[in-house]
Formats: sequence, structure tokens, C-alpha cells
Amino acid sequence: MSGQSTYEPKTAFERWLDTRLPIVRFGAELLDFPTPKNLNYWWTFGGILAVCLMVQIITGVVLAMHYDPNAANAFDSVEKIMRDVNYGWMIRYIHATGASMFFLAVYIHMFRGLYYGSYKAPREVLWILGLVIYLLMMATAFMGYVLPWGQMSYWGATVITNIIGSVPIIGPSITTLLWGGYSVDNPTLNRFFSLHYLLPFMIAGVVGLHIWALHVPGNNNPTGVNVKSKQDTVPFHPYYTVKDGFAVVLFFILFALFVFYAPDALGHPDNYTVANPLVTPQHIVPEWYFLPFYAILRAIPNKLGGVIAMFGAIAVLFTLPWIDTSKVRSMRYRPTARLFFFLFALDCLILGLCGANPPDAHVWPGVQGFQLLDSNINSYTWLARVATTAYFGYLILVMPILGLIEKPLPTPESISSPVLSEKKG
Amino acid sequence: MLRKALILAAVVGGLVLAPPALADTSSAEPKDVHWSFEGPFGRFDQEQLQRGYKVYHDVCSACHAMRLMSYRNLGQPGGPFYIPKYKNPNDNPVVKARAADFQVADIDSDTGDAIKRPAIPADTFASPFPNEAAARASNGGALPPDLSLIVKAREGGPQYIYSILTGYAPPPPGLKVPVGKYYNPYMAGDLGANWFGKGPVPIGGFIGMPKQLTPNRVTFDDGVKATAEEEAWDVTAFLAWAAEPHADERKTMGLGVLAFLVIFAGLLYASYRQLWKDIDHH
Amino acid sequence: MVNTVATNPEGQAAPGQDPNRRDFIYIATVAAAVGGAASVAWPLIDQMNPSGDTLALASIEFDLTKVQLGQQVVVKWRGKPVFVRYRTPKEIAEAQNVDVSSLRDPQSDAERHKPGKPQWLIVVGICTHLGCVPNFGQGEYGGWLCPCHGSVYDTAGRIRKGPAPLNLLLPDYAFLSDTKVKIG
Repeated sequence: MSGQSTYEPKTAFERWLDTRLPIVRFGAELLDFPTPKNLNYWWTFGGILAVCLMVQIITGVVLAMHYDPNAANAFDSVEKIMRDVNYGWMIRYIHATGASMFFLAVYIHMFRGLYYGSYKAPREVLWILGLVIYLLMMATAFMGYVLPWGQMSYWGATVITNIIGSVPIIGPSITTLLWGGYSVDNPTLNRFFSLHYLLPFMIAGVVGLHIWALHVPGNNNPTGVNVKSKQDTVPFHPYYTVKDGFAVVLFFILFALFVFYAPDALGHPDNYTVANPLVTPQHIVPEWYFLPFYAILRAIPNKLGGVIAMFGAIAVLFTLPWIDTSKVRSMRYRPTARLFFFLFALDCLILGLCGANPPDAHVWPGVQGFQLLDSNINSYTWLARVATTAYFGYLILVMPILGLIEKPLPTPESISSPVLSEKKG
Repeated sequence: MLRKALILAAVVGGLVLAPPALADTSSAEPKDVHWSFEGPFGRFDQEQLQRGYKVYHDVCSACHAMRLMSYRNLGQPGGPFYIPKYKNPNDNPVVKARAADFQVADIDSDTGDAIKRPAIPADTFASPFPNEAAARASNGGALPPDLSLIVKAREGGPQYIYSILTGYAPPPPGLKVPVGKYYNPYMAGDLGANWFGKGPVPIGGFIGMPKQLTPNRVTFDDGVKATAEEEAWDVTAFLAWAAEPHADERKTMGLGVLAFLVIFAGLLYASYRQLWKDIDHH
Repeated sequence: MVNTVATNPEGQAAPGQDPNRRDFIYIATVAAAVGGAASVAWPLIDQMNPSGDTLALASIEFDLTKVQLGQQVVVKWRGKPVFVRYRTPKEIAEAQNVDVSSLRDPQSDAERHKPGKPQWLIVVGICTHLGCVPNFGQGEYGGWLCPCHGSVYDTAGRIRKGPAPLNLLLPDYAFLSDTKVKIG
């Protein structure tokens, strides 16, 4: 969008089309886009995510040809896909595993943004659009998991829709509205199916905006230093189409290992039992990519407080471009910030661990611990509370304060002539 | 820095992958049994599946339905009675015979009366009970679960099913066993309220099904000795196949897909290096 | 200083030239990509083909003792009606006494039943005009009459009058015994 277009229509048809709808010019500009030449493999995850979205949409549309969203038949229709539809088992496993791979890629993509300061000016809107995509992904995945109508589908939906009821005054009415009844049931399933089909196309739209917002300032790069001249860049095609292609295939290898050799590893056995409103599973757990938020939700002893903390954990990310006061973008040159970053990443993994375990279970097996307020100190409840405090502490305290008091390393003059000898980080 | 992060991630990963310590219920670790179909190169053994089907037919089908299975599935590739000559299981004489063993409910097309007729390959497995209430009434209030997916629906998979079937033990003295229930150390449960003996509460729980697999309860057509362990091993293998009839095909296809992807990755990497050869991109 | 654009001494072949050694890797990669894309596309297309449960009902067995002499039973096969007709000797004779060359869709009666079993006529009960189900025993040839646009079929299911272009279609079938037939 910014900069000259060097596209020259070659044929008469191209010239004719170019003056009416310059779509070939648009495509050529995308392919020629000047991209920093020093991007490392953390930058391939944007392309990987676009491919994940396509895979999910294609497999999803195909599954919808066979799925029956009526509560009486939903579970059986999924099993029919697994047993009778030609290659149905493969398409279903790709779609289910694909959701996990999508989130794996998005978390790596987001952490890349945090480390290299990709959210900082002038890319604030890019970052915000990314968070909007993330929220839409979470809604899509949540609703998608309900569709097989297994025990976890039903009870996960029940738990999460119930927490909306904690909102004062209007909460219970909203919950009833969402349910279309007095509990999660057939009306809920039908509308979740409709919205699950819709949302990915909204995600695709926001992805378009996301790429547009990227192309205004251009990509960030590992040094965090702006592109100064054409010497710093290469055209996106073929240099990054091929590199991204290679990264996508490596990603597919991991994807294929799960689909073909461990297709149920990321799921839960209870979801192979039909939903039963009268029997609650031993432990209700969401899919792994929601575990950190589940931990935050359960850490706060107050129901509404838990909801606010859970949504707040994402809301605070929206403010990141403004609460990070550092003048230096990339943590490559911010050694203290880098240490806190790794602790933050570790904290997110710990939150995931807390979400996976029953709140009262002992963290250190065998250690008795003692009662502190409502729970044992050696319980996942208290670990989650510490980890939640650390999560918010990093974003709300460390990010603003560190930017003001740290002494960063000298940053290079430009991408092409780095001051320091190369140190990947 | 990266190294430290990886070490920390490995530690946390180790914690995540350890089984969660369940605060309330306990059960014995499933027995370490091995299967022809385990691992990426494992495949089902057709003869074992045939024996397993016999055990299901003779013992389990009296109480347990398998409503996701149809008789024709027995004749599909990978199934116990697949015969390459009969690509369409409808034509497979063994499948037709097995189906005809069962009577299924139907409507007489002339009179409209409810009748029973012999099953055909296209029919789903006959259920022992017409509905849940009848199933519970015949089993002391407990519902024998449908076995179509049982191997995938339980933590521990085939190991767990085998352990339950072979793991019945006499209740330790002091354990009060409720009427209609049976003690099984592999069944998850919290026996604290029923324990009146000395020492710690025994692990395990109560199951509504009494021990079923005893030696020679079934006679195998291929002459294999029907010990209780063999019966359990074979029926579990059959149930594992029934839970995912396409498992063998999945693993075989995976080999092809991964081989292609590895080669393709190599080609793309070579292209990448060729393309970027003269760019100084540190 | 550093350059940005590749300056390979043996660069990519110019258009019109033979691909050189360097291009081989790109050609191989694109070929692999095309092959991969085709292998991905096939399952996505094949899943629309009839699934296992549909194929299971692709063939049905029917007990012929259910049909009275001179009557027909309508059986559902692959979602369509199939007429299983037990023809009387008079109906068989009428079907055979026809000049085949005068028919719109020339077929002898012998071509429309299995050898040795002329009494069994098994046809798909869908009018070959626009798809209605013809009525049994009506029409001047004693076969069937389609109420929608007046097509008249004889006792061999052949079109004699009216707009239908073809005889009633014959499904694949085989006698498993004298009293059992497998259709499909």
C-alpha cells in the first residue's frame, strides 16, 4: 500500500483488468513487498497461522457436510464420520488436531511479538487486531469443542456459560439467552454450530486487516531497528515464500505425527462418552490451550472476581503498546527485560499446569503443607494465585518500570550493518 | 538464555506430563500388557480379533450393547472377518452368518406389527435391552456401558480394560461391599466410607459387574487355550479395533505422509539455501 | 558492504533457455508441491462419495414368497422404488408376442428377465420421462400407467405409449435361490 508499485501488466487482458479491478497489481505488490532480510524463523509463524486457518476452514466445511447438530444425533454423526465417511477419520483428526496446532502457532507468534517489541509504535493497531483474532479463535475453539457432544463438550460448555451468570443483575438473563433454555441443550448446540461456522470467516476478514496494518509500517525484525533503505530488504517472493514454505512443512511434520500416531493425545477420554446431563465427569478440564485462563479463573475465590481476572488477563494485553515504556524494541538488546520475559513464559506454563490439575491436589507429592485461608499451601490453588499475581505483575509493573530504569545494550545502526557481532537471541 | 529457557520448559513439561495426583479417588496402575497393535508399527491380529468377537458374542453381548457397530463392519478391511474376495461386506458369507445369529426388531411390511427378524450385515449390532431403563432394571440399577468406544473412553485404554477384566480380587477383610457391587482394585473409587479394617484405605473401587472371564468360559474356534487372561486379552483387542476400525489404515497412511513431508522439507530447504546463498542475512 | 539481490554467477536460466542445474531444485520442489496438493485434494473430494452406511444398503435381499401371482411388491432400493412383479403366464405371453423392432426402445422380453425365470420381472419403478412412480396394472397393455403425463408400459415394463423415451430400467440383480433375489 505504501511505496511505488512496479507492476507492469503484460497481456492485453491484464491491462484491461488493471483499469477495472487492479487485483493482479494488488497480488504482485503483496509478493514484491520489501521485507527485512534478517528475519529469523520466529517470523514464519504468521504464514503458518494463515495456513492453519485455511486447513481448519477446508476440513471444517467438509465435516459440516456430514455432521448433524441435533443433540440426539451429534455424537453419533461424528462417529459416523470416523467410521463410514471415506477418509472421514482423517479429516476429523486433522480438524481436531489442527485446532491445537493453530493455538501452538498463535502462542509462539504472540511471544515473538512480546520479545521483539512488535507491538510498539507504529504497530499498535497491528497488535490489537492480532488480539481480536486471538479472541475470535478462542470463541471458535470453545464452540467447536461442544459440537461432538461428549461429556467434556457438555460440561465444559456448562461451566463456562455458567460463569456469565456471575455478572451482577443481568448475568442470569444473559446466560439463559445464550443457552436458549434452562441448561446447555439442543438449542445451545445448534447456535454454537452456526456461530462456529461463521466466526472463522470473520477471523479471515480480521486477518486481512492484520496484514494490511502490517504492510503500512512493514515488518519488524530481530534487531528492532527500522528499515533504512532498500539494501535492508528483499522481495517477499521468492525469499520468504520459500522460507515460510519450508517452515510450514516442518510444522506439518509435527502436525502429521499427532494426526497419524497420537490423534487422541491432546484430547480427553471423557469426550468419547456421550454427554449426560445427570453425570458430571470426575474432573472437568478444557483443552490445553485454555488451561492458563482456567487456572486464573479458579484462582480467585470470588466467582465474579475470577471472571474479571480471566478476561482481564487478555484485556491487559491490549494496553501493552502503552504500558511498555522502553525506547528499545527488541529484547535482544534488553538483557534484564529478557530475563523477565523468560520468567513470564515459564509463568504461563505454570498457569497451564495449574489449570490441568484438580485445585486441591498437592503440587509436591507427599509434602503435607498447612492450611492457608481456604486452601492448603501445597495446592494448585495457591500456586495458581502466585502465578496469576506474577502474570499481572509482569505486565502491569515490570513492563512500565523496567523500560524506565534498565540500561539496554547499544542497538545497531541499521539492519545491514549491525554494530555488534551476531548473537542469535 | 535459550538453553536456560529450554531446561526450565523441560522441567515444567515433566511436571505437566506426570499424572495428576487425584485427591479423592484411587486406583491401581493398569497392568503392563502388550498388544500387536501398539505403537506406530503395530497392527491388529485378525485371528485375535476373531477370538475377541467370540468372547463379546458369548459373554458380553448379554448385557453390553455396541450400537455404533454394524455387522458389515466385521467384514471391512482390517476387521475380524474380512475376506479379500468379498470387497462388499454384504456378500461376505461369514458376516452374513454372524449377523443372522441375532434377531433384530422390525416392522412387518404387510401388517405393521412389531416383529423380530434375523439381522443382515447392514443392521447395527443387536442391543440386549430395548432402552436404558430396561438395562438398569436387569442389572441392579447399574447401566452396562456401551462398548463401541470403551477403549478410547477410559484413561489407560486397553491396559485399563484388560486390568479391570482380570483384576478382580477378594475384598480385604474389613471392606464392606454393597449389595450388587464387586471390589476391583483397578476401578477408580474412594473406599474410605466402606473401610472398617486395619491400616490404610485400600485402593480401588466398586464395579457393578461381577467377574465374567473365567477359564474355558468360551471355546475358541482356532483351538487357542481359553485361559481367563487369553479371553481378556482377545476381547480387549477386539474392543480396541471396534473403537477405531481404521487404526491400521491410519498408521500406514502416516508412514507415507511423513515420508513425503520429510522429502518435501528437504527440497524446500535446498531451495531456500540456494535462493538465499548470496544474501548477507546473518 | 553487502548486496541484497542474489548475484549468482550461474543464475536462473533466462526464459527460453534450458533449465540449468540450479533450476532443478526449484522444479523438483514445485513438482513435489503439486503431487502433495493432489494427494491432499483426493480425500477431500472422495469424502463426498457414498459413505459406508450408504454403501451397505447398496444391495438388498428380497424374499420372493411375499409376492402373489399376478401382483407386484414395491421394494425400496438405494432410495428408489423397485417393482418386483410375479407375472401370470398370460402376461408373459403378451410380453413375448410383440414385434420388437416396432418398439420405441427395442428390447425383447427375454432381455428383460433372467434365463429360466420369465415369471419374475424386476424393474426400477421410476418413469423414464420425468421421474414419477407409475401405477401397477393400469394402461391398455396391462403393465403400468404413469399418472403424471400418461406414459403406458407393457407387462415387460417397456414403453408403448406416451412421452417416456426408454423402458423401465433394470437394476442389477441375481437369484440367490428360487425364493430369494439380491438386488444391487
